[in-house]
Amino acid sequence: MRAGKSAPAAILPFLWLALFFAFPFILVAKLSLSETALAMPPYAPRLDWSQGLAGLKAFFTALDGETYGRLTKDSLYLAAYLSSLRIAATGTGLLLLIGYPIAYGISRCPPSVRQALVMAVILPFWTSFLIRIYAWIAILKPAGILNAALATLGLPPVDILNTETAVILGLVYAYLPFMVLPLYAMLERQDESLIEAAQDLGATPLKAFWQVTFPLSIPGAAAGALLCFIPMAGEFVIPDLLGGSDTLMLGKVIWTEFFANRDWPAASAVAIVLLATLVVPILLFERQQAKVLS
Amino acid sequence: MKRGPSAFNIASVVLGLAFLYAPIVILVIYSFNASRLVTVWGGFSTRWYTALFQDAQMLDAVWVTLRVGVLSATLATVLGTLAAVALVRGGFRGRTALAGGIYATLVMPEVILGLSLLLLFVAAGLPRGFWTVTLSHATLTLAYATVVVQARLATFDRHLEEAAQDLGCPPWKAFALVTLPGIAPAVAAAWMLAFTLSLDDLVIASFTSGPGATTLPMRLYSQVRLGVDPKINAVSTLLIGLVATGVIAAYLVQQRRRSTR
Repeated sequence: MRAGKSAPAAILPFLWLALFFAFPFILVAKLSLSETALAMPPYAPRLDWSQGLAGLKAFFTALDGETYGRLTKDSLYLAAYLSSLRIAATGTGLLLLIGYPIAYGISRCPPSVRQALVMAVILPFWTSFLIRIYAWIAILKPAGILNAALATLGLPPVDILNTETAVILGLVYAYLPFMVLPLYAMLERQDESLIEAAQDLGATPLKAFWQVTFPLSIPGAAAGALLCFIPMAGEFVIPDLLGGSDTLMLGKVIWTEFFANRDWPAASAVAIVLLATLVVPILLFERQQAKVLS
Repeated sequence: MKRGPSAFNIASVVLGLAFLYAPIVILVIYSFNASRLVTVWGGFSTRWYTALFQDAQMLDAVWVTLRVGVLSATLATVLGTLAAVALVRGGFRGRTALAGGIYATLVMPEVILGLSLLLLFVAAGLPRGFWTVTLSHATLTLAYATVVVQARLATFDRHLEEAAQDLGCPPWKAFALVTLPGIAPAVAAAWMLAFTLSLDDLVIASFTSGPGATTLPMRLYSQVRLGVDPKINAVSTLLIGLVATGVIAAYLVQQRRRSTR
């Protein structure tokens, strides 16, 4: 084997990620320890290289955890933190419930049909995310399509746009392909003879499913759950467009602090808190992927 | 013997697909609605398309978005293919770090990615605009491109390339002449995916863009916030049509290739 041959190929992507992905996190961490200032860019202290070592020292002594202190004083941040996790967890649970039967159904179809169905699940993902969420506004708004449909059925109207329900619906809708695909990949790979063996030994189809198919599909479910939970916890577009002013999520808080309040240190501190919370799920996801790869 | 799908299996797939497609279908239908109101069908009309093509700001945004998309997707595909080769073939230190970086980008909330990239550009003193969005999108889509190419490369027979090397071909040439044509469909798919993601991104573009580089999602977002505008349905329908045609064509080509093999 020609070991080490691929090292040159790794150099460019490695440097790219180091510069554009890893290094900026140090800047976010630094900024979360800074303070807002009436300047452009709107924060202090700024590193002054012209003063040499003294400038460096002055810079580091000016950094403090004051911004984090501010976060703990305002209950809005804690509420946003908890509701982000709650909404992402609810969404992930619903995605598992809805995604599993779909993935399982596809895996039971003949191979030729399966391919087309997988394609059909992926296709909406290729159309604009923003536009798909926008479509839900037209459906859910008080004088929208859903209520028109309910009225023709003689049912009372529902008013769920700008509520947490709408946010969860939007999340489930947008992330469904990310749940179905890893689940399907696991189910499709399963050895059919295992089920037959269970049934030959007297298991009912339902029992064979619960004791053979389902346990074997858990890695797929875990991959799907992590793939959905992590980005959903920091989601911005869906809570912004479908949620109300009382639907608090960290992604929205970061956006508002940055764009509306021009409070870059607060936005950075919230980003660091979110990142710290997501580190464990991200590491779990990476371990999962490494297993699939090897 | 594979057992066929049960009624429950069929029902879940059909309902699942209906859920995925209903909003898209509704959007397309109402882009041809003469009435401004979503719930009132005012007859078939293409007036929103006409209005769209007279909206200079919107067309401007489309042009910026396409240029950013092509450039960033090309960058991401080159980097992603290199990363995929490195990951699949291994044998170097730092492989875990590279894989870790790739998978972390894949799931990282966009707000965090956008904010951190913006701080990088501010620290570097780069003026925000076309180039900063392009670099940011290349970073975002690099991970997706890697995963797509990597999946194909993992099943590609390496012995072909090794045979070429044994016959005296330099490694880079063996890769370009033997492996690259073999994985070309995956590389093309990676480019398409990166391009689509770039076309679609609102959050990262909002953080890293500057004056004169307003992308289509940024323009759409500011319109959507003002309320439902049928012009958005029209532009969405065009985008959906464009992407669907591309993806279905790619799928059919692949199917034909598979059946002739």
